[in-house]
Amino acid sequence: MKEYLVDIRNERLSFFTPAGEVKALNDVSLHVREGEVLGIVGESGSGKSVTSYSLMGLTAHPGRLVGGDLYFNGHYINEMSEREMQKIRGNEVSIIFQDPMTSLNPVFTIGNQIREVILLHTNKTRKEANDRARELLQLVGINEPDKRLKQYPHELSGGMRQRVMIAIALACEPKLLIADEPTTALDVTIQAQILELMRDLKEKLGMSIILITHDLGVVAGMCDHIAVMYAGKVVEYGTTDEIFYQPSHEYTKGLLRSIPNLNEREHKRLVPIEGLPVDMLNPPAGCPFAPRCRSCMKICLSSMPNYTQVSDHHSSACWLLDKEKFERQAEGQA
Amino acid sequence: MAEKNLVSFQLKVEDFLPATDAEKQSLTQMRPGVSFWKDAMRRMKKNKVAMISLCVILIIMIFSFILPSYYPYHYGQQIQGSEYLGPMTYSPQEQVRIDAGEKVFPHILGTDNLGRDYAVRVMVGSRISLSVGLIAAGIILVIGSIYGAVSGFFGGWVDLIMMRIVDIIYTVPDILLIVLISFALKDPMQTLAEKPGFAWIQTIGVNLISIFLVFALLYWVGMARIVRSQVLTLKQNEYVTAARALGAGSGRIIRKHLLTNSIGTLIVMTTLQIPSAIFTESFLSFLGLGVAIPLPSLGSLASDALNGLNTYPYLLLAPALLISLIILSFNLFGDGLRDAFDPKMKS
Amino acid sequence: MKNNKLVEVQHLKQYFPVKSDKMFEKKVVKAVDDVSFYINKGETLGLVGESGCGKTTTGRTLLRLHEPTGGKIIYDGKDITHVKMLPYRRKMQIVFQDPYASLDPRMTVGDIVGEAIDIHHLAANARERRERIVELLSLVGLNTEHANRYPHEFSGGQRQRVGIARALAVNPEFIVCDEPISALDVSIQAQVVNMFEELQERMGLTYLFIAHNLSVVKHISNRIGVMYLGKLVELADSYELTFNSVHPYTRSLISAIPIADPKVSRGTNRIVLEGDVPSPVNPPSGCHFRTRCAYADERCAAEEPEWREVSSGHFAACHHLEKVQ
Repeated sequence: MKEYLVDIRNERLSFFTPAGEVKALNDVSLHVREGEVLGIVGESGSGKSVTSYSLMGLTAHPGRLVGGDLYFNGHYINEMSEREMQKIRGNEVSIIFQDPMTSLNPVFTIGNQIREVILLHTNKTRKEANDRARELLQLVGINEPDKRLKQYPHELSGGMRQRVMIAIALACEPKLLIADEPTTALDVTIQAQILELMRDLKEKLGMSIILITHDLGVVAGMCDHIAVMYAGKVVEYGTTDEIFYQPSHEYTKGLLRSIPNLNEREHKRLVPIEGLPVDMLNPPAGCPFAPRCRSCMKICLSSMPNYTQVSDHHSSACWLLDKEKFERQAEGQA
Repeated sequence: MAEKNLVSFQLKVEDFLPATDAEKQSLTQMRPGVSFWKDAMRRMKKNKVAMISLCVILIIMIFSFILPSYYPYHYGQQIQGSEYLGPMTYSPQEQVRIDAGEKVFPHILGTDNLGRDYAVRVMVGSRISLSVGLIAAGIILVIGSIYGAVSGFFGGWVDLIMMRIVDIIYTVPDILLIVLISFALKDPMQTLAEKPGFAWIQTIGVNLISIFLVFALLYWVGMARIVRSQVLTLKQNEYVTAARALGAGSGRIIRKHLLTNSIGTLIVMTTLQIPSAIFTESFLSFLGLGVAIPLPSLGSLASDALNGLNTYPYLLLAPALLISLIILSFNLFGDGLRDAFDPKMKS
Repeated sequence: MKNNKLVEVQHLKQYFPVKSDKMFEKKVVKAVDDVSFYINKGETLGLVGESGCGKTTTGRTLLRLHEPTGGKIIYDGKDITHVKMLPYRRKMQIVFQDPYASLDPRMTVGDIVGEAIDIHHLAANARERRERIVELLSLVGLNTEHANRYPHEFSGGQRQRVGIARALAVNPEFIVCDEPISALDVSIQAQVVNMFEELQERMGLTYLFIAHNLSVVKHISNRIGVMYLGKLVELADSYELTFNSVHPYTRSLISAIPIADPKVSRGTNRIVLEGDVPSPVNPPSGCHFRTRCAYADERCAAEEPEWREVSSGHFAACHHLEKVQ
């Protein structure tokens, strides 16, 4: 357990809404080592954001952890009180959100918001905190930091606001940075800048990153390992190369087939994944992807598949892999 | 990731056969539809206060509109010798008739100064008050919503001028205008009432007509402002642009898209206008500016009752209580409706 | 290339008034500033650019949803800049970006699709109307039973299909697709893109496909135009633009796109632009892109670059095209 900075085991989390129980996370297991970047890829309803928020104890009401164990940096998150969580938030683990406009408080200056987190977790004086804030703005590539410290969020552009978010997140040198769709709301050229910045900072500060996104292009360039999530379950997990070049799960394969590649020389029809996203109030009994899967078998509809280890770091939850094993066994006996 | 061991689970060859489309389909049924109204009704039903208010309103409606037809007494019927009877008492003449074996329906609320059965007068009074309230609310709804929608939709100069007119109307003192109009209309209305087919003017009274006229002239402005602000917000929505792109004209957009989406607000506002209109009418009738005698209204009954207040307090009690009950239940019901339709409450 | 122009805009301008701090000062934001292009019948012209470039405004102005401040709109040879649009609403339609906001929540799907039929009197009676609605729904992959349901009961991808069915109800020739897949999940995007392509083949439609995702635009378009702060900076055939672009902005845009291929991603030398997109209210003088361009000089600040044909069918506006190549 100590080898991992983040170790989530068999997490189950549900939202108890008036309409019914929404099983947002259904047996999710992930881990991140120090200095590593994990990408969590999934669409809406996959549970990718919910997982990270639960790690920080930020699960919104009416959500509740129903099962599993969460370990982070030697802490056992399940049993930590709110006060204890507050000590590690912003300090050992930070998060940056998708929309920088709504995550920054419009009535406080940038300087005020950066100083707030520093003053909360360290014993620095206000002046020292201000110096550190200036340092941080330079670190994230914002020029004229003194001027910026006095400005309000609405005076900055989207890209700059996201840099400020990163500055706030890094203020106390956390071991883990959670980036929840950090560039989805930004223009492509600005996205490139921010991703470049995150790569640089990771080298400089040696921190781990959990990068949550739906964009396969973004994870290809940034991540060491990738977890593909669908409807509250991690369906495939492996190194970046394995996921892109040897995808095992039908959902992963489907995603890769359905995105147009800029470098393609000829026009090939996209192969979409048929069907609709899962209704989380009424998920199917078996594999959640079954109704949309080209290779769906009878057992897929009734039972949840187990994880099969495809290689040292690569696993996938699919009955097709069990089928191969089953057939090999049958041949062996024959 | 570690593999789990399948201990109590045997795999068979058939498990690995491909699933048919039908089998896959069965897992992706759409949930039964929930329309906007059903959703709102569901929320309403949970609101006990609102549901009780609704029952009270229904009871009052039956009381006012249906019961008098089956009641043995008429509101204008003056019974000699039965003046100022207390509740459930008989006059000497009636006592004689009972002793003779005749069945005389009791005066549940007694009688008034002219020997008229009070219970039926209260019922009819309540009917008049409610009718005035409903009609007035209807007038306000129609004029106010159209005016507000047109002003909000067109914006620019049209909106500017229309809203300045609204501002001016707000400054006009309503009671004064009612008095002036009744005064001005008295003679023309009298001459009109003598013509055939216009006898109803006499029954209702010039005053009441003036009240309706003033409602139509002045009271719709509050509704107009609210509808206008709704329309201003709604017209930013992309489905309005989509309707324009399809070729829809202004009238169609206002009718089908803007007013339809404001229906929640319209219903709530109208429901809350009813008690306000009833109160205004009661107040005016109390002052003598309301219905013509012998038609009773709750306000005029209360006003008449003041004369003999010390000796016959029950004459004031019934109409006053009923006014309060009507206004309270409509207000509570309107609040309940507002909560039921409020999109922010949707989770 | 046949001269088969269906839609053309010439020197199109769309300026919006903006509140100014000083009294009597009229400030404008030049959302679309002298844009000219044409689209051939049956073709798809893609329009890409980042926020504030004016691509969405161009699409909407083309349909006269905003009245143009200047320039001409020509449809099938006729100047329609100032005419009554009602008959043209049957030929030119639009599909919107946000499937949640573009459908009236109080109308059933059937009524939403049937609204155009009602406006233009395309059905003689209720039965015909019903038949046409069912036909349209099946064209986009929805069934009859969906006609009585409300938009909030559907997923984003299904709602977008309803929007497409609505646009098809008038039997249009030309459709402006205004970021139609940006708000959808990745796995649904491919379904909708395919649907656009199939419908185009089947019905001979012409598209103006507006999006910020160049990969998708390249996939579906024959030619692509790149916009920056209200101006067209480059226009070429899709293949040509992707592999032989000449304008510095186009090149950095292409290089910024993350490729879903780890080896390629690691090997790429990205052209990372410095600075942010300037505000459209106060664009830089001369060439708007000069504040972020590696090749900018005094000439770029003084003079706006000319729109030139660089090679057959390939246009760009830049003073330093030779250097970039």
